Amino acid sequence: MDIKVLGTGCTKCNNLLKVTTEAVNELGIDATITKVEDFPKIMEFGVMTTPALVVDGKVILKGSVPKLDELKGLLNQ
Amino acid sequence: MSQNLVLSEKSNRSWLLPLLLLPIWILLYINLQPIADYLTDTVLGLSTGTHLTETIRFFIFEVPKVMLLLVAIIFVVGMVRSFFTTEKTRKVLEGKSLFAGNVMASLLGIVTPFCSCSAIPLFLGFVEAGVPLGVTFSFLIAAPMINEVALVLLVGLFGWKVAAIYVATGLFIAIFSGWLIGKFKLEKYVEDWVYQVKTNHEGEQEQKLTLNDRVKSGFAAVKETLGKIWIYIIIGIAVGAGAHGYVPEDLMGQLLGKDNWYGVPLAILIGIPMYSNAAGIIPIVSVLIEKGVSLGTALAFMMSVIALSLPEIIILKKVLKWQLIAFFVGVVAMGIITVGFIFNYIMV
Repeated sequence: MDIKVLGTGCTKCNNLLKVTTEAVNELGIDATITKVEDFPKIMEFGVMTTPALVVDGKVILKGSVPKLDELKGLLNQ
Repeated sequence: MSQNLVLSEKSNRSWLLPLLLLPIWILLYINLQPIADYLTDTVLGLSTGTHLTETIRFFIFEVPKVMLLLVAIIFVVGMVRSFFTTEKTRKVLEGKSLFAGNVMASLLGIVTPFCSCSAIPLFLGFVEAGVPLGVTFSFLIAAPMINEVALVLLVGLFGWKVAAIYVATGLFIAIFSGWLIGKFKLEKYVEDWVYQVKTNHEGEQEQKLTLNDRVKSGFAAVKETLGKIWIYIIIGIAVGAGAHGYVPEDLMGQLLGKDNWYGVPLAILIGIPMYSNAAGIIPIVSVLIEKGVSLGTALAFMMSVIALSLPEIIILKKVLKWQLIAFFVGVVAMGIITVGFIFNYIMV
């Protein structure tokens, strides 16, 4: 699974990265998590509210940081 | 918005909860004064009339009052905002003419969910989709300046009239500044790479939200916002309560008082390097007013802290050339000065 966390240095963005890492670890998924901080790259996903979460090229979350359980549910789908 | 993606499913009766809580809210709200009196006079057993007693009474009354108002307003605004998304707002504003576009952008700036940390992606997304530069600026000025927390606190501490004038003048500044930026055709002062940005508009289908989802986003908004700002509110009211009854007249009152024409511009100059949200700045504003600073000057200070800030300007430098930043800061500052003067000299 290819997971991208879109967002620059804001607190929410770092929180999303943290929760995502936790969720992936707890679920034991084989995934690479990358943080995308470059604006033109962020815009390629059509996202206007950061942070956003992209899984295998699809935006599944934007503008909010989910709770660990919610995120695990989303990643399991 | 997308947070609702996560929130849906589970219980389908969330919409009942606000209906159940409303009577409790009303009962509490109309009985705040008796409760505060009971706590001060009976439970704490303080003698009426002393300065300390009245300070404590004011605090015990004011904190729950402002909290109750905040919970109600943030909840309602949270629900209203679930009807608006950045994507929908952008669609409305695409290719809009000047003025009409500026008015709409400023109004939408109030109701569209916005966090200053995503100002740049929003700017890029708007410009790329063909929203005129001036219209985009109207949105970016109105969104942080006019918000529900500022409104509630202004109502709580200074009354309805001041709050209403704040919203009206804030809208005026957003509309006017954006309109001027459009009028002067400053597009060439946007960094060139901005126009090369391509965004993917796929997968922007609207998420269907039920009433339950909206109620849940209302509650989520209350939790998120109150969690961030409660401490500022308590400090602000404590300061207000402490100053209650004193009649101070000191250096600040002389410098930023009404008789000094340079009070307003000076307050704005002090305000720009400061960065805070509405909740954090209101305690300071209430101290300023208690210390004899005139209302117009204090509000101008508040607007400049919220709407113009050094960190934001540094972020904007990534997408704007300095000429446009200077124009933006200059125009907004002029607007705020005008508002300050109107308050100080006309609405006495």
